[in-house]
Amino acid sequence: MSDAPLLHTLFPNIDDWGELGRACVDTLLMLGGSLLLTVAIGLPLGVLLYLTARGQLRAMPKLYGLTALVVNVLRSVPFIILMIVLMPVTYVLVGTKLGIRGAIPPLVIGAAPFFARLVETALREVQPGVIEAAQAMGASTWQIVRRVLLPEARAGIASGITVTAIALVGYTAMGGAIGSGGLGDLAYRYGYLSYKSDYMVVTVVLLIVLVQALQAIGDRVVARLSRH
Amino acid sequence: MASRPQPRSPVIRFIDVHKSYRVDGRDIPALQSFSLDIADGEVFGIIGHSGAGKSTLLRLVNLLERPSGGRVLVGDTDLTALDDAALRAQRQRIGMIFQHFNLLGSQTVAENVAFPLRLAGERDAAKIRTRVDELLARVGLQAHAGKYPSQLSGGQKQRVGIARALANRPSILLCDEATSALDPQTTGDVLELLAEINRELKLTIVLITHEMDVVRRVCDRVAVLDAGRIVELGTVADVFLHPRHPTTRRFVEEALPEEAAAEQAPYAHVPGRILRLSFRGAATWTPTLSRVMRETGVDFNILAGRIDRIKQLPYGQLTLALDGANVDAALHALRAAGIEIEEVAR
Repeated sequence: MSDAPLLHTLFPNIDDWGELGRACVDTLLMLGGSLLLTVAIGLPLGVLLYLTARGQLRAMPKLYGLTALVVNVLRSVPFIILMIVLMPVTYVLVGTKLGIRGAIPPLVIGAAPFFARLVETALREVQPGVIEAAQAMGASTWQIVRRVLLPEARAGIASGITVTAIALVGYTAMGGAIGSGGLGDLAYRYGYLSYKSDYMVVTVVLLIVLVQALQAIGDRVVARLSRH
Repeated sequence: MASRPQPRSPVIRFIDVHKSYRVDGRDIPALQSFSLDIADGEVFGIIGHSGAGKSTLLRLVNLLERPSGGRVLVGDTDLTALDDAALRAQRQRIGMIFQHFNLLGSQTVAENVAFPLRLAGERDAAKIRTRVDELLARVGLQAHAGKYPSQLSGGQKQRVGIARALANRPSILLCDEATSALDPQTTGDVLELLAEINRELKLTIVLITHEMDVVRRVCDRVAVLDAGRIVELGTVADVFLHPRHPTTRRFVEEALPEEAAAEQAPYAHVPGRILRLSFRGAATWTPTLSRVMRETGVDFNILAGRIDRIKQLPYGQLTLALDGANVDAALHALRAAGIEIEEVAR
């Protein structure tokens, strides 16, 4: 390749670009897998928080209090500590504490409560009058959730997914410190521990590109969903 | 109208209903105990200032507000005795429209109108489309089926609300300040549409408002609500022409500001007795006044007056100064001709 010498001049310590590519794929896999599960768990959790809050459709102050407590506790533990604390749980869930599989449980457990709060906030933006209208038409709570709350809040939820995805990029990078692989792992092992600062630069640039791309996609989706 | 009103069976019955809210451990009364029948096919108005309890009263009809005591009957069904599923089935038979329309912003006009059909379990897309087309045609919005609510004017949004409320062929339509967010022209159009629906679909309409003019234009009967109590109840003509309670008078004055101003005018220098004559229906079109005055030789002077309609019913109200020897005979003759007379205090 003709440009190999140039790359070599710029990044003298990076001799295996393939490894960098694999790290990228790993990061994307971790991100995709954990985002999917985060939404799958956080969305119902957010709906639960919304419905059971005082004055809402299914007000259950005790259940709300308990859910909110769990959510707040998980959100207050720094992610790096959460990962370590959760290791036994991770092992039980996926049979390993390392690699992509080992990273996903703590990522999801760290991000789902955060996303649930974003969903709750988005749902609270739905006009109470629209919900009242659905009730007047004889809608059940489930019908209100499915046909009123989620469609009306969809732009807010999409922007919550964007914010969560970007937070997850940060978490996956942190995961690198305790052996979950991906770009964070490279930055930490080569860039930090081995003083190969060109690794640091390249991984950070790639992470910036990833975050920018996620934000751009998210903005587009939100714009499309709010176009009415 | 000349024909006697048909005795109609009540479609909504409130029996000893009262409602209070619990705030900080204390019961705050919203509606004091009342009983009320609303007849099948009538347009029933509830007028009151904000906080008078009219919104609560309206929501008792579909149990969006549960009464603290008493029973609410719709048809033969006691709503307060129903379980959740049965109540939801009943609600599908009671349409409701709102001051702020409360349409789904994320759905098109057609989807909004199809919404209650889907809630009721209709899955046949062709059937839904036919019904939606029919409803949009009724409210004159066929051309806007694919638009989103944010692309419509207020009047158009309310028409979507009406189409949506009619989707499941309800027997009752509840209107929650349905015209309060609209300009006068649009208000007129929407009221006309409601009157048309009432006539053609034989739908019972219960509406709440703070404008006497809305009541005058579409309602058959009206209840005046003041601080959680029904202080006046009767046909719109009776209540409008002869308001008794101070709150009612204020509402009528707001609807007729010139007349109210005329009433305030100093009549001290006007000779004779000052009287207000009210005539309605066919009496509006007969020259009773001139005949009686000619026969009795009484002089009259018109101080204020108005000829208008209450719904379809023409009415007139004149404030006169009568002078002469035979005023009592003239009043007697006028009363005999069906004209209502009140002395105006100076």
